[in-house]
Amino acid sequence: MLRFLVRRVLQAIPTLLILSILVFAWLRSLPGGPAAALLGDKATPEKIASLNHVLGLDQPIILQYFKFLGRAVTGDFGNSLVSAQPVMSEIGTFLPATIELGLSAMIIAIVLGVPFGYLAARYRGGVPDNIIIVLTLVGVAVPVFFLGYTMQDLLAAPLGLPSQGRQAPGIDATSITNFAILDGIMTSEWDAVWDAIKHLILPAFALATIPLAVITRITRASVLDVFNEDFLRTANSKGLTQSVIRRRHVLRNALLPVVTTIGLQTGALLGGAVLTERVFNFRGLGFLLAEGIERRDYPRLQALLLFGALVYVLVNMLVDISYGIIDPRVRVR
Amino acid sequence: MQQLRLTRTRRAALIGLAGVLAVSLTACAESKRDEAGGGGTGGTMVFGDTGNPKMFDPVFNDDGETFRITRQMLDTLIQNKQGTAELEPSLATKWESSNDGKTWTFTLKQGVKFSDGTDFNADAVCYNFDRWYNMKGAAAQSQMIYYGDVFEGFAKNEGDAGGDPVYKNCEAKDPSTAVINLNKAKGAFPAAFTLPSFAMQSPTAMKQHDADKVTQSGDSFTYSDYAYKFVTGTGPFKFDSWDQGKGEITLVRNDSSYAPAKLDKLVFKVIPDENARKQALKAGDIQGYDFPAPADYGLLRNEGEQVLIRPSFNVLYLGINQSGNPKLKDVRVRQALAYGINREQFVKSKLAEGSEVATEFVPKAISGYTDDVTKYPYDPAKAKQLLAEAGASNLTLKFYYPTEVTRPYMPNPADTFTSISEDLKNIGITIQPVAEPWNGGYKDDVQKFGKQDLHLLGWTGDYNDAGNFVGTFFGREKKEFGFNNPELFNALAAADASPAGDAHAKAYQGVNKQIMDYLPAIPIAYPTPAIVVGPKIKGVVASPLTDERFNNVTIG
Repeated sequence: MLRFLVRRVLQAIPTLLILSILVFAWLRSLPGGPAAALLGDKATPEKIASLNHVLGLDQPIILQYFKFLGRAVTGDFGNSLVSAQPVMSEIGTFLPATIELGLSAMIIAIVLGVPFGYLAARYRGGVPDNIIIVLTLVGVAVPVFFLGYTMQDLLAAPLGLPSQGRQAPGIDATSITNFAILDGIMTSEWDAVWDAIKHLILPAFALATIPLAVITRITRASVLDVFNEDFLRTANSKGLTQSVIRRRHVLRNALLPVVTTIGLQTGALLGGAVLTERVFNFRGLGFLLAEGIERRDYPRLQALLLFGALVYVLVNMLVDISYGIIDPRVRVR
Repeated sequence: MQQLRLTRTRRAALIGLAGVLAVSLTACAESKRDEAGGGGTGGTMVFGDTGNPKMFDPVFNDDGETFRITRQMLDTLIQNKQGTAELEPSLATKWESSNDGKTWTFTLKQGVKFSDGTDFNADAVCYNFDRWYNMKGAAAQSQMIYYGDVFEGFAKNEGDAGGDPVYKNCEAKDPSTAVINLNKAKGAFPAAFTLPSFAMQSPTAMKQHDADKVTQSGDSFTYSDYAYKFVTGTGPFKFDSWDQGKGEITLVRNDSSYAPAKLDKLVFKVIPDENARKQALKAGDIQGYDFPAPADYGLLRNEGEQVLIRPSFNVLYLGINQSGNPKLKDVRVRQALAYGINREQFVKSKLAEGSEVATEFVPKAISGYTDDVTKYPYDPAKAKQLLAEAGASNLTLKFYYPTEVTRPYMPNPADTFTSISEDLKNIGITIQPVAEPWNGGYKDDVQKFGKQDLHLLGWTGDYNDAGNFVGTFFGREKKEFGFNNPELFNALAAADASPAGDAHAKAYQGVNKQIMDYLPAIPIAYPTPAIVVGPKIKGVVASPLTDERFNNVTIG
């Protein structure tokens, strides 16, 4: 196991290195630049050129890259040009919100998606199956921002749920870790815990739709595959109860592709988070990223994109490890 | 497979463990509620900002979101009268210039203290002016946008964009008299003294927290703690805290001010999404926000919110690049474009309530505006005739417009482009549309390279000086307009140098007439942005300069 982990971490290094080159070159190939954004509306070309010189953005891009790399290996990703804060501390401040949101969304997607998928497979071709299939199609097709706005306008008021932000303005909750729920529990501010949960509901559901739909469909397909396996006939003929068959034989065996999907969807969550966080003014990494793109904030974007890639690599590693646990045939070496 | 199956006992054990964990967490930190304490009965107003401030030292800033906050804490020598662009006393009770415009004498308000207890007097004024002039380092200088615009150069220019300094020195004649000496007269004064960047800050606090330290490493800047936490002024509010995670900036009443605020607390909450701001106002999370979409005015009013329309301080124009197509050098062709655009209908159908057709390049609130200019009312027949006379009946023009942007003077660039290009097609001009992202080629192509024949752009005024508009556009040969008209350049220079007051206004009226005859571009509209506040908020006065000060705000 340890050898496996070490190898995977070492493998991640060239991946991130190549990605850093791509990100670096891509950002700088975008038209416009941070100087124009920093200087605003009234910037003259001369002032932009002068600021680019001060920032070293007029140097050869190779030179810029190696300077960036030199600082990055010491953990210094520079300061955001928008907020003038070190980008690493920005990520630290905004990450908890995204974890809260992403985790809630994935819990919703898994808790609903796996049973839905199973149900659809079990009643294949029947009414539940058809309803679920149509819903998953809608779930994948509706853009997150549209769903977000619709929820705000139609659901927020009748359900008494807040439509934006992470905490009610007057709640004055103590902030320790920036995880709103955790902070509330630690300080016994139960109203703040409840408030934080209420603020999570709409954005989490909005963010959950795509993974929910994908997980449902994969579960359905995968369960259908297992239904056709020989060992299921054997289990049936052995006279095992249906609940044991379902739990031990069907679900367990159908889970492998589902776990892969969950991993991939978790990695892709940051993309959806950009829109969700923006629409619901939920201040997390996606929020930070959107602002960074508008302002061509190179240092922040470099750090965030690499961080996103790192998360993706880590999630994939977890998925690989979980294979071994779910299916002993896949041994981790 | 067996080892993972959860037996009943294991499951119970797990739940128990989770419970124990939760209980142990409960005890592990203390609630810090109610420590800060609001205090007082003035109440709290939360205002929705469209973006993050950079930091709070206004001299290194040029963006509206930062100024919105600093102008509540810091006073300038002269200020704009609420709701107008007229000058009125602030920290200076009186100001006058010498005949040559090179010496400005300020009589200062007495008995004023900064919120850290430092006296505000002539020495403090001179300290501020000297600080800007003597600022060291290319990084710091590059961020002093407004200083660069108005004062042009530093004691020692370290960037590559500096010119000869306008500022010479400052003398503290006595505690209540400060004299600013300039190397040359400039039309921007006295109005430029109202700029938030030139607000007075406490010399003690700036020295103590190393306010001038701006360092640059790699492709980013770092400012001193002063700019983030210790900005100190004489204004109605003072800085309390900035929660980056929540995007909240909190100011509290400055009780030591000569005119403290009526509110106890003023909170700025950053909500970049326009719809999210609207939702927050509806929910009562905020009590006001800036730049509501014109389409929402009716809806907001129905819900009892107050939509306050600002007097226009903007101009939207259709730029003409004479070096692009030689036909555009012919004034008859430019006149044809002006006659060919139905500006009246465009303003009515596409712009927000309160917007007006522009007759020249300065809005009405600016001194130097005159109604006595050549006008070009919509007349497509005349436009066609002028084109025919100029031998330009088959004109093809590259029309550049920006995407991914809204500006106070241009809420919807694509809509604006469509309206105008349809009108131009009607008079027989072939339009080649070129759409580019604002900060992604558009500004470069239009202003630096002059690739266009026609383009859309505009301006929001910074202070009440016509030169801030027309001088910026037409004061010298520029790629954007591609013409060289020494007569016009000289007239603008002379107007800029004319002494403040009536002579100054007269000179610019003459220039505005001249511009509208030469027609280097076509003024389209004076659009009006709005600000919205909740039903119970009193005392917010919409300002043409977005200079809303919340010192008199009450919640009723």
